[in-house]
Amino acid sequence: MRQSDPFAEAALRQRTAAKAEELLSASGGSRLAENILFFARTLRAAGLPVGPGKMLDAVEAAVAVGVDRRDDFYWALHAVFVNRQDQREIFDQAFHVFWRNPKFLDRMRGLLLPQSFDEGAGEEDRIALQRRVAEALRGNLPDDRGSEKEEEEIEVDATLTWSERETIRQQDFEQMTSDEVARAKRIIAGLRLPIAEVPVRRWRRSATAGRVDPRASQRSALRSGGDLMPLVWRKRRRRHPPLVVLCDISGSMGRYSRLLLHFMHAVTNDRDRVHSFLFGTRLTNITRALRAQDVDLALEQAGALAQDWSGGTRIGACLAEFNRVWGRRVLGQGAVVLLISDGLDREAAAGLEKEMERLHKSCRRLIWLNPLLRYDAYAPKSQGARAMMPHVDDFRPVHNLDSLADLAAVLSRPPLAPREDLARWIEKARA
Amino acid sequence: MSALQTTARPVSAGLPASVEEVLDLLGSGQYVADRSLATVLFLALKLGRPLFLEGEAGVGKTEIAKVLSETLGRRLIRLQCYEGLDVSSALYEWNYPRQMVEIRLAEATGSSDRDTLASDLYDQRFLIERPLLQALRPQPGGAPVLLIDELDRTDEPFEAFLLELLSDFQASIPELGTVRAEHPPIVIVTSNRTREIHDALKRRCLYHWVGYPTAERERAILAAKAPSAPAALAAEIVGFVQRLRRVDLFKLPGVAETLDWAEALVQLNKVALDPETVDDTLGVLLKYQDDIARIQGSEAARLLGEVQREAAAQPPL
Repeated sequence: MRQSDPFAEAALRQRTAAKAEELLSASGGSRLAENILFFARTLRAAGLPVGPGKMLDAVEAAVAVGVDRRDDFYWALHAVFVNRQDQREIFDQAFHVFWRNPKFLDRMRGLLLPQSFDEGAGEEDRIALQRRVAEALRGNLPDDRGSEKEEEEIEVDATLTWSERETIRQQDFEQMTSDEVARAKRIIAGLRLPIAEVPVRRWRRSATAGRVDPRASQRSALRSGGDLMPLVWRKRRRRHPPLVVLCDISGSMGRYSRLLLHFMHAVTNDRDRVHSFLFGTRLTNITRALRAQDVDLALEQAGALAQDWSGGTRIGACLAEFNRVWGRRVLGQGAVVLLISDGLDREAAAGLEKEMERLHKSCRRLIWLNPLLRYDAYAPKSQGARAMMPHVDDFRPVHNLDSLADLAAVLSRPPLAPREDLARWIEKARA
Repeated sequence: MSALQTTARPVSAGLPASVEEVLDLLGSGQYVADRSLATVLFLALKLGRPLFLEGEAGVGKTEIAKVLSETLGRRLIRLQCYEGLDVSSALYEWNYPRQMVEIRLAEATGSSDRDTLASDLYDQRFLIERPLLQALRPQPGGAPVLLIDELDRTDEPFEAFLLELLSDFQASIPELGTVRAEHPPIVIVTSNRTREIHDALKRRCLYHWVGYPTAERERAILAAKAPSAPAALAAEIVGFVQRLRRVDLFKLPGVAETLDWAEALVQLNKVALDPETVDDTLGVLLKYQDDIARIQGSEAARLLGEVQREAAAQPPL
């Protein structure tokens, strides 16, 4: 997945190690630098973005704080390695395994003997490590233990009991042909979401009269020695508001999931500030996965991230989680929410209305795309749909969603006379 | 970015030399910090790196910068971020009206030599310095404390602009050249996380998540910041707020709300909490109607009962 140049990496590693040695020899540390480097590599393998620059920073920070107090040392490394709140858990676990239990690796070696498995493995040893940390630690034992590495690997699996969570169904998507990719791009380029661009507080040059740009006018006046002052104009820039896509991937939506993911991927790569979430029985943020340029890779990652494909739906609970955890983080700048769901809820719409109301109040515009419309006489009568209907700004039902082109056509339809069309649907929901 | 580039250090005169000293320093400014925060702050000062503080609203992120400037005797320069913040209001702007007058004067005296006029017009006299440029200038008392507050409120282009400033502490003004800070300022960046800040910017900073304080620390904060509240009342307030934070609310009360509430109760001449008072003053703690409706009445009485039972079981200190 990641392209690598082994020579460049090796050279970089050598340089990093040399520089770290240099830093440390000044402070008299011995194996500390080496250990920090191993620790940094462990973190990197566990998915934290740790580069050589950070390793050096970490050594510098450790030298500055000293190793007299464990908590100081912890927070010094924390300040360097952790960039986001959600990385704290992984850092914390890795730190404690790596630094508190220097005998951890020895113990693993001891586990090769069956009898010591029962004795040595007390409660403390069975801490359910996050899988990524466990994998990272396994792959990154310091080299001088290299010879025993392979045997140890087998045993680590025996001690580190991480719990496999409920579920678990992952989704495989057919790969796209390059022809399909090209067509998808064309369709998305022509897509006009029913979202108006909004003026932002930045300016652009304008040929026609708007506001005077004093700085540019001043400069152009200088060109003529100050006798004439041709006015230069500027206007407000316009920009798409951020877009948040919440997509239902429960069983009833199963046949659309590939299509919808393609759509989300295309939109993510087409404009900035798009956040994508999947929900079924739980909420998954797949924004980072979809940023991969390659559509197959992106879909594969997204498919692996969400664990509840084609299961039930708990719309209310998922929206509640979205509102609580993500709402304030992604809806901050007047975002438009595109909610893709058929409104069929396993929990009989428990708590759904309240959460819809909260969501509606937190965003600029809430658009509900419903692919359930199998026949013209459809009315949003399921409990879920009834709860959702009063709180959307725009309702887009669609027959037979078979292609991206259909989807784009539905979304590109200009909004009908404001609220009039919607009022008809709300009435249907009440009837 | 290699370590060598970042070794430009702030003036170390008067800066704390250990984590304990940072704790003492903050303590002298009435800021009760936990050790993790003090460690990061110590590192930021020692390594000359910007400190990126993220956390819920009202946990004391901005306060750190204020206390630092006060206790270190440095000038505090604050840049409040908002959407559309641009170079002309963050870094510098030319004083156009004065430039216009200058052009007129040049005309009146008949000297319209282009080069001299240009160099006259783009002179320091006509430069309006905005917070970021001020922070690069030497200040009395040493390098200033630069507070970039609520960075998440700006847009991405401004973040990108900050990259150069925060890593090299220099800014370029086309007409004047590059302004470089002799002593880099102490930079504190705060964010309420209404959106994610780009990794490139975070990478240049030391990161710290400022969480809600423990009960013990919150009592210490109340004692320092609201000394007029009697100890028994303060203990009840902290007990109640701490319990409130365990309830699944939309917006949990921060330390600022705790202090406001203590202040409000003192103004109402209360020496102990009772259910009616809690109900009446809940708006100081909770700012969403859903949350208030949920807590008001029986839930508040239940939490209060727990607090008072606990206080009774534990003799006052």
